Amino acid sequence: MLPSLSLPAKENIFQQILVKSAFLVAALVLLFFLTLLLKAWTAIGANGLSFFTGVVWNPLTGEYGVLPFLTGTLLTSVLALGLALPCALSIAIFLGEFFRSGWSASLLRLAVELLAGLPSVVYGFWALFVLVPLVRQVELWLGVLPLGVGVLVAALVLAIMIVPYAASLSAEVIKLVPSDIREAAYSLGATRFEVLRYVILPYVRSGILAGVLLAFGRGLGETMAVTMVIGNANKIPASLFDTGNTMASLIANELTEALDLWQVSSLAQVGLLLFGVSALVNLAGRYVIKKFSVEL
Amino acid sequence: MLDTWRRRLLDKMFCGIICGLAFLSVLPLVLILGYLLGRGAASLNWQFFCRAPQPLGEAGGGIANALVGSLLLLGVAFVLAAPLGLLVGIYLSENKTSRLADWTRLAVEILQGVPSIVVGMVIYIWLVLPFKNFSTLAGGAALALLMLPIIVRSAEETLRLIPSELSEAALALGVPHYRTVWRVIVPTGLSGIVTGLLLGLARAAGETAPLLFTAFGNPFLSFNLVKPIESLPHLIFYYATSPYEEWQRLAWGASFVLVVGVLGLNLTAKFLTRRWRAQF
Repeated sequence: MLPSLSLPAKENIFQQILVKSAFLVAALVLLFFLTLLLKAWTAIGANGLSFFTGVVWNPLTGEYGVLPFLTGTLLTSVLALGLALPCALSIAIFLGEFFRSGWSASLLRLAVELLAGLPSVVYGFWALFVLVPLVRQVELWLGVLPLGVGVLVAALVLAIMIVPYAASLSAEVIKLVPSDIREAAYSLGATRFEVLRYVILPYVRSGILAGVLLAFGRGLGETMAVTMVIGNANKIPASLFDTGNTMASLIANELTEALDLWQVSSLAQVGLLLFGVSALVNLAGRYVIKKFSVEL
Repeated sequence: MLDTWRRRLLDKMFCGIICGLAFLSVLPLVLILGYLLGRGAASLNWQFFCRAPQPLGEAGGGIANALVGSLLLLGVAFVLAAPLGLLVGIYLSENKTSRLADWTRLAVEILQGVPSIVVGMVIYIWLVLPFKNFSTLAGGAALALLMLPIIVRSAEETLRLIPSELSEAALALGVPHYRTVWRVIVPTGLSGIVTGLLLGLARAAGETAPLLFTAFGNPFLSFNLVKPIESLPHLIFYYATSPYEEWQRLAWGASFVLVVGVLGLNLTAKFLTRRWRAQF
């Protein structure tokens, strides 16, 4: 590589390259945060507290309230999590406890991996052409305004997308349960349901919490699939069938078409908030996993 | 205590619910793949791969611009992320407890959780606003930031599992440290590293959100690295939400191509880890 250099010099260069690249990545993330903060600084001063309390987002009048988007993001993510959790737990119990090997387990495992790999824009496209007409039918039947697009479809597609994350993590955690306590319960005559309910689930509660947190974090930041089906209306949704908007899809819709520096800065403030919330949720999830694996 | 009969019934019912829900929740996969096969595969022909979209009303458009664009974007992202990710992975596996390693590990974890739209926004501020120009390079940089944590983590986790006897044996023979890393440690963990690279590519290939304000999109065939460029996911987003049937047909075809590519990368990665894993 560098034939003219002495051995210690080469060793030194190699070590330097390693340290510098590690430093570069750490600095990059710090810079990432600082960039958003700097860009949002004008808006933080100009919008003040009304950023968090305002329900109107109107660049023409200079009103920037994040509440509709915060509501939209939390509503779709929490709803999706509620829908996804029973499914994810079923998959985890199926793969981690009932059928650890065999053709049905391999098939299910493959399907979960493929679901996790599908691009979000494809989910959005499919939801737009299949789920939206379906929900429109339901809305006609219920007698509400048949928009089709709205919070409900967004939550549905989000739920389908986050099931594989929560499921694969929970299955790993269930497999970590020591087999002696499981066998002890079986030897006392417990059925499979009782072993799961009274032995395994209490044991892995915190591990499943970690899976829920990570899936939630993913739901918060999801942009494309949601923006295609939520209707992109800058208001607090009045019901599950109403249209709304999320923080991520607000940025996707408005950043390249911003009127002035104030709007760009306000969007950066929304980005900063989204970054902060999802970083916190993710770090909390990873902390719980780490604690769980230390305890075992 | 419930009597035996009721306990057995409860157990059977629970098992049925679990199995039912488990397979119900992967039903969307079957439906999506079915739609893609039905609608997407039907619109594939040689023109589809060789031509850019034609003006509306003219028959025979294709997605050549998006295919070329996606490959260029992935190429740029790979060149930026792969060497850096590998070096950081090596550093983290060699230094388990140094303060810099802790900070870097935290940074990688945060980066992995950042919503991709925020990555796009930051790259927009760094590389698009100063030059007042959307570009392939900016899009590639955004995708590189999304690939980086996956590459780092899989490299670190693979290299960390390699027994220290292996590198100690090399060092005892008088092999310098840097040669030990390149000739002993990295080749031993190659399957894990390659898996990380493939998974990173698969993740980046399907991302749309960060490309909205970096690569932007372009209806014409372009090879220029400093000009806006089309990509498969962006084309799908743009054409899927359009009212024209011809464009929607292109979007279904493009989805089929993208999904085959992404799932192919994922399955190759899975196959590699299984067949080519170093045994200790």
